[in-house]
Amino acid sequence: MTVGILALQGDFREHEDMLRRIGVPTLQVRLPRHLDRIDRLIIPGGESTTIGKLLAIYGLIEPLRARVRDGMPLWGTCAGAILMAQRVADGRADQPTLGVMDVTARRNAFGSQLDSFETDLQFAELGVEPLRTVFIRAPILEELGNGVMALAHLADGRIVAARQGRMLATCFHPELTLDERVHRYFLEL
Amino acid sequence: MDKSTWTTKVGLAQMLKGGVIMDVVTPEQARIAEEAGAVAVMALERVPADIRAQGGVARMSDPELILAIKRAVTIPVMAKARIGHFVEAQIIEALGIDYIDESEVLTPADEEHHINKHKFRIPFVCGCRNLGEGLRRIAEGAAMLRTKGEAGTGNVVEAVRHARAVYGEIRRLKTMDEDELFTYAKNIQAPFELVRDVARQGRLPVVNFAAGGVATPADAALLMQLGVDGIFVGSGIFKSGDPARRARAIVEATTHYNEPEIVAEVSRGLGEPMVGIEISKIPQDQLMAGRGW
Repeated sequence: MTVGILALQGDFREHEDMLRRIGVPTLQVRLPRHLDRIDRLIIPGGESTTIGKLLAIYGLIEPLRARVRDGMPLWGTCAGAILMAQRVADGRADQPTLGVMDVTARRNAFGSQLDSFETDLQFAELGVEPLRTVFIRAPILEELGNGVMALAHLADGRIVAARQGRMLATCFHPELTLDERVHRYFLEL
Repeated sequence: MDKSTWTTKVGLAQMLKGGVIMDVVTPEQARIAEEAGAVAVMALERVPADIRAQGGVARMSDPELILAIKRAVTIPVMAKARIGHFVEAQIIEALGIDYIDESEVLTPADEEHHINKHKFRIPFVCGCRNLGEGLRRIAEGAAMLRTKGEAGTGNVVEAVRHARAVYGEIRRLKTMDEDELFTYAKNIQAPFELVRDVARQGRLPVVNFAAGGVATPADAALLMQLGVDGIFVGSGIFKSGDPARRARAIVEATTHYNEPEIVAEVSRGLGEPMVGIEISKIPQDQLMAGRGW
C-alpha cells in the first residue's frame, strides 16, 4: 500500500516523516500521473487558496474526485479539510476546492496567528488517552450532512474532526506531534 | 489551551513551506498576490528596490497600511520591524498581524542587539547569511529563517551564496564528531546545543526560505533545488511588467521546481523582469545583507 501525500504546498514532509516512522511507503503527488501509483491520499496543512489554485491549474480536481468516488481513502489536515469540504465559509468566493465531503469548513475560525493554540482533546475512536492537538490559523467544521460523523470537539462544543465513509477531516495537525494514532486510524479506513 | 507555544510559532512557518511570500505595498497588490497563489504577504510602504533608490531611514510601515492589507486578504500577513526595534515589534503584535520580519531591509535601530524574540507572542522570521548567523537568531527566539540575499537588486547571486553557505555548512556538520562540534560552534559563534541538534537531525530546527534578489521563476526553482523551503519575492513581482502573471509563474515554479518542462512553460512570455543591479556596482555602505550580526 502506498500513501500519496499531496505535495503542491504545505507541511507534506511532516506527514511523510510520520508515515516513514510507521513504516508505510509514501509518494509525493504533484501531477495527475502520480495518482496512478497511490492507494490513499493525505492533503496536508498549508494555504488552502494556494493549494486549491495549483490543484485546478494542474488538472488534479476531476481525477481526484473520481478516485474518491471509487472509494480511495482521503484525509485532509487543516487546509486539507477545507479543500475537502463541500462548503467553505469566510473563504474567497472563487477559491477552487475538491468539495467531496458534506460539511462546511469555516476558515480562520479562531482569528490570527496569535490565536493559534495547542490543547488536549478526547478522540473517542482512538481510545481514552487524550490527543495532543495543534491548531494553526485553523478552520472548524459545521453543518455536518447525513452520513458525516463528528469525531472530536473542542471544550466549547465546536467540531474539529469528522469522518464520512473513507474520508477523514481534521482541523488540527497530528503530523506536528509524535502521536501516531490518527495516522494509524487513517491507514485502517 | 496553550497559545503562542514554540510548536504553533514554528508550525505556521511549516504551513508556508513550498510557497511564495510576496512583498505588497497596497491592498490591491495584496489581492493580486493572493489571487496568484501567494501563501502570505509582507505588508510594506516601499519595496526594497524603492528603499534602495530613495535612500533615507526606512522604518516600520504605517499601521493603517498594514491593517488595510490585512483586511484585503485571507492568507497570513507579515510586517517588518527594524533590527533591534522591539517597540515596532510590540506595535505589530498589538495589530494582530501573523508574523514579524526583523529585517535588514529597514534601517537598523540597534547596532548591537537584535530583538529578544522570546518575549513575544507573535512569531518572528529573521535573515541570515550563514549557519552561525541563523542559529544566533534562533537562540534569540526566531521561529523561521530566511537567507538574506541582497534585497531590491533583482540579482539572485547573493541569495545563492547564502543558501549554499547554510546548506554546505549543515552537510559538513553531519560528518563531524563531538570534539569537532565544540570547536565548530565556537568558530561560527552559535550555541553548542543548537549546533549539535543540527548535526544530529541533518537539518535546521526551523523552516528556512530564500529572499533577496529573486526575479524569475528560474531563480525560485534554483533556490528550491539548493534546498530552501520556500521563497520570498520582494521587488521582483511588482517592479516587473506583468505582476499578476509573473507572480503566478513564480508560485508554479516553486511547487514544480524539479520539473524543467513546467518551469520552462511558466517562464514563457512573462514580459519585462525588474531591472537588475550588479552587486559590485552598489556602494559598500548601501549593501543591506551586512546589517545584523
